Amino acid sequence: MSIRVENLTKYYGEQLALDNISFEIKKGEIVGFLGPNGAGKTTTLKLITTFLTPTKGKIYVDGVDAEQDSLGVRKKIGYLPELNPLYGDMNVIDYLEYSAYLQSVPKDKISDSIKRMVKVCGLEEVRHKDIGELSKGYKQRVGLAQAMIHNPDVLLLDEPTSGLDPNQILEIRKLIKDLGKEKTLMLSTHILQEVEATCDRIIIINKGRIVADGSTDDLQKKFRGQLGIHLIVKKDPRFGKEKIISLLESVKNVEKLKLIRDEDSAWVFDITANKGIDVREEIFRTIVANNLILLELHQEETSLEDIFRQLTLKSGKN
Amino acid sequence: MNWSNVLTIFKREFKYNIYSSVAYIINIVFLIITAWSFTNLLFLFNIVSIRSIFETSIPQLIYPPIPLLLTIFIPAITMRTFSEEMRSGSIELLLTKPVTDTEIIIGKFLSALAVTMLAIAPTIFYVIGLFFLGTPDLGIIIATYIGVLLLSGLYVGIGLLISSLTEHQVISFIVTFLILFFLFLFNLEWLLSKMPSALVNIFEYIGPNYHFSNMARGVIDTKNLIYLLSGITITLMLTRVSLERRKW
Repeated sequence: MSIRVENLTKYYGEQLALDNISFEIKKGEIVGFLGPNGAGKTTTLKLITTFLTPTKGKIYVDGVDAEQDSLGVRKKIGYLPELNPLYGDMNVIDYLEYSAYLQSVPKDKISDSIKRMVKVCGLEEVRHKDIGELSKGYKQRVGLAQAMIHNPDVLLLDEPTSGLDPNQILEIRKLIKDLGKEKTLMLSTHILQEVEATCDRIIIINKGRIVADGSTDDLQKKFRGQLGIHLIVKKDPRFGKEKIISLLESVKNVEKLKLIRDEDSAWVFDITANKGIDVREEIFRTIVANNLILLELHQEETSLEDIFRQLTLKSGKN
Repeated sequence: MNWSNVLTIFKREFKYNIYSSVAYIINIVFLIITAWSFTNLLFLFNIVSIRSIFETSIPQLIYPPIPLLLTIFIPAITMRTFSEEMRSGSIELLLTKPVTDTEIIIGKFLSALAVTMLAIAPTIFYVIGLFFLGTPDLGIIIATYIGVLLLSGLYVGIGLLISSLTEHQVISFIVTFLILFFLFLFNLEWLLSKMPSALVNIFEYIGPNYHFSNMARGVIDTKNLIYLLSGITITLMLTRVSLERRKW
């Protein structure tokens, strides 16, 4: 187990930031840590990097207890903080060298590891420029490079693409995906496409609590069925509006039926089924059995966005 | 303590301070004033002594000596050590590297002290000048420089502590300057002369200049050493506590 977090609770003064969260991340997983702003993502990362200490709970990185051996944990981790705070007055190579020394990379390997990072992160063109002069995309790459200079097993990235333009975002995502092949990677974000594009697994956090944890597919399966089926049936003189509604409502497992448009030649419905059940077949049979003509029937894919909204807004009302 | 980490921090800070234009400007002002003070004393009063450059007493107040200059120079060097890192957030990157808080503080302390010593180094020319003009007491000169080193150490310690308490450089500068200036006032004779006699000794002892000027007279007393060294230790330990505030 690469990262293990047990019953983590963090108070900032009186304010509860994390409420008893636990999770485990296996070696080689890319985990997206998702949540609205202020949910506790950054706090969790700051606790794992030992920048902050938890009010309660335990953190292990590769089996090393963060409380007992905080330096040992820091050696195993590469960290890119949220605002990517680098020393603007240093040039790229000097900064990477400085990071390498602080990460106690053996002296004879420092120049090799700098070369490797410059290559991996695409920093050749700017290697002798001051960091302060770089564009945001390049700065982000320098941030990634310093995080990986000691070839850590675990990478923690706090909103790695925030503030980048769409092209830069794609580049950084690709970089992350490549890196994830050999490393345990945890990235926090509030951008859903990012998670869909890069992560194997998602942990959704809201108000300091984990509200969902699983692979993208798992979550979609779990939350499917609560969302709609789109149905268009051709109008038929034998059926009035009320009659077709009551007919469709009588189909097994249909929870809710709504006529959204009454067109000249067709009725357009939105159907919500009971959770987790696919009612498309039953609807089809009913329509055919009544000699009606089916124009369109499709289940709307539950997007991550829907799941996210459901989870974070629901508990928001509590 | 891992000294190679201390060295890494030291190098980065030292380079940064050396390149910073603030250090240059202050250093030039520093040299002009000490040179002016030195030659004035030399030609107007015919006093030839290294003490006159370093030590303060009432008649010399118009020729600002080194302890007074340090009350401006050192805050300018230490103001950004932690404040700037806290403002930009780079402190988070630093503290999540496998480096202890103590190593960071020692590295930054030594760097600020080294820059200060570098600023004072040109006064060596005055010393050489003295040797041409007469036969000054080498013991006094060495004791004076040890005194300057320890006094600067204490000032840097205070500067680091204040810098770790605020993320605004300007506040860090002003507060450090006020504290150092306040400590400087403790040893002004006209102030002491207005005190009730029972308090004079206590006030004198609290002010670091009293301990420094003893050393500048060539007396290295354990009392003075203990005062300055424990002052340095205490300020650095408090800086560590201040850095740990983030975890509370």
